[in-house]
Amino acid sequence: MSPLFRTALRDAFLSALVALGLFGAMVGLRTNVGNDGKLELLARPTSVAILVGLTFVGRLAIVLWKARSRTVPVKAGPSSLSGLGRYMGPALLVLALTMPLYSSRYIIDVGILVLTYIMLGWGLNIVVGLAGLLDLGYVAFYAVGAYSYALLAQNFGLGFWTCLPLAGLLAAFWGVLLGFPVLRLRGDYLAIVTLAFGEIIRVVLLNFTSLTGGPNGISNIPRPTLFGLTFTAGGGEGSFADFFGIEPNVTYRVAFLFYIILGLALLTNWVSKRLRRLPLGRAWEALREDEIACRALGINVTVTKLTAFAIGACFGGFAGAFFATRQAFISPESFTFIESAIVLAVVVLGGLGSQLGVALAAIVMIGGGEMFRDFAEYRMLVFGVALVVVMVVRPRGLVSGRAPSVSLGTSRTISADMVSQGHG
Amino acid sequence: MTSLLTVDALTMRFGGLMAVDAVSFEVRQGEITALIGPNGAGKTTVFNCITGFYRPTSGKLALHMPDGDLELAGMPGHIITRRAHVARTFQNIRLFQGMTILENLLVAQHNTVMPNVASGLLAVFGLGRYRGLEATALDLAKHWLDKVGLMARADEPAGSLPYGAQRRLEIARAMCTRPRLLCLDEPAAGLNPRESDELSVLLRGIRDGGCSILLIEHDMGVVMRISDHVVVLDHGKKISDGTPEHIRNDPHVIAAYLGEGDEGLDDAANAGEAA
Repeated sequence: MSPLFRTALRDAFLSALVALGLFGAMVGLRTNVGNDGKLELLARPTSVAILVGLTFVGRLAIVLWKARSRTVPVKAGPSSLSGLGRYMGPALLVLALTMPLYSSRYIIDVGILVLTYIMLGWGLNIVVGLAGLLDLGYVAFYAVGAYSYALLAQNFGLGFWTCLPLAGLLAAFWGVLLGFPVLRLRGDYLAIVTLAFGEIIRVVLLNFTSLTGGPNGISNIPRPTLFGLTFTAGGGEGSFADFFGIEPNVTYRVAFLFYIILGLALLTNWVSKRLRRLPLGRAWEALREDEIACRALGINVTVTKLTAFAIGACFGGFAGAFFATRQAFISPESFTFIESAIVLAVVVLGGLGSQLGVALAAIVMIGGGEMFRDFAEYRMLVFGVALVVVMVVRPRGLVSGRAPSVSLGTSRTISADMVSQGHG
Repeated sequence: MTSLLTVDALTMRFGGLMAVDAVSFEVRQGEITALIGPNGAGKTTVFNCITGFYRPTSGKLALHMPDGDLELAGMPGHIITRRAHVARTFQNIRLFQGMTILENLLVAQHNTVMPNVASGLLAVFGLGRYRGLEATALDLAKHWLDKVGLMARADEPAGSLPYGAQRRLEIARAMCTRPRLLCLDEPAAGLNPRESDELSVLLRGIRDGGCSILLIEHDMGVVMRISDHVVVLDHGKKISDGTPEHIRNDPHVIAAYLGEGDEGLDDAANAGEAA
């Protein structure tokens, strides 16, 4: 037995012991209300044994794997995933474009959900990934967008396509409004204030009953139309099915929604990719790298941060308007902190600043989460473990490294170790 | 030689600490002015006041522009770079490590390429004068890449450069803001003798190109070789001001430096003891 294996065994044994201590009480003993109304104690030794066994094996594997990776130096350099990325992006796009043609309604629905999060992820990526400002209240702009459309449609009878830019503008406006007081804060403080902002918006929506309907939300939000053609289930005059002389089918509406969100997501992608190559995007990245140097070079730090906030918020607003039209019903419950957390997790998991990474992370997290609905309450457990594993194996996200925005000769990906993550 | 910057009774107080005490001097057009003094003399504080990182407690900083004087005291840092064309480098190098060398030089030209936010947003849709401005910016970046000898490595991340090259890149980046006055905070720190010589040549070239230089430096060899004018600070006060020869023989300077054993001042120190 090699000394390495012996230490690994001892380590695993100790971990198992700790697990026994913890799970012995927490899982091993269960109290039930008996027939006579008294509590009765139930021992569950098998569950404890399984958990302790898992801990032992897991710890052993981790220690051995770590030792192996220490002896075999991991080659630094651009990840294999980013090389693959050249084909993966277009492949995913083709898949997305053709998906509604052969998928069931359920799959298209999941696709819409995933694309919404991809879009939110790309929007937040501008703020967190490019400008390096940690925003924990992104859902606020999503909510502003959704309520903007819902209220404009309800009170003024405006259609989806008129309201979409308005929702984006209003969200951007709120982004600037939030930005002014908080942008002199950095790091943890910025994160806390944006978190509070997200909650403020939600609480206001909840309590401003006369305008927003409070907890009852807003219902009967109109569906989007295709150049005036509606997608009503029963067909009828002026509907899509009637115009083309086909059988009315609810799938058409779902597919239409799918293409709308795909278009919006692609717009987000195009704009943020383009901005990265323009002075504004370069200034954002420079800001993430070193704010003081930016000031010394004559860059107005406040304005630059505000534009990042506003543009990120604008896309959040677009996504919100889409969410409202898709659900036809919104209430403050849809805009809780967990939404911000999920979007941020998508961005971090995908790799800050990486467009493809964010898309992959959203597919895995949201799509995967949908697929594993059968696991019921274990879903969140699997989700958490998966996040931890990815962060251990690829600490800078699925797709790390940064592509230069301009080059004289051949441009090579810059290793993630070199790139700063920003200080808020 | 006409005056470019007049520092008049500049005072900076941090609570009870008087970091800079009524310092006055001039930076003349087309000259290299060195600011020297022992550690803690207040040199970097003077720099931070001139470049807008600190707001001076009192005093005036008049920059003489062709169209009248500009008061720098209290002006925000980014406006000083933008309107007064005063650029600076840092004692501890502050490059954008994760961006390429070329990108570093383009970020420095942010204000010329993107005069305002609206033009920055219009550029997304290919509108505005962005294309032409970007081409001009690239040309200027190439010019300075060539000057500092980093053309071959233009597409590599700045963080991968050796120390000496990072110093040169920081100067090139500051020059890309098209400054009238370049403030360098210890540019020769950590350089080997050959690199210091190259730096001297580079700085003289910049001066001859029409940009005045204000320099903080501890390497007396470099200071004595390239400066046209030297200002000496000690404990926040100006103790001497003159040509390198004058400074070399000033007893006040020698007293302030005594025991520090700076090569360039050794002879002068002996003379001072004799006096």
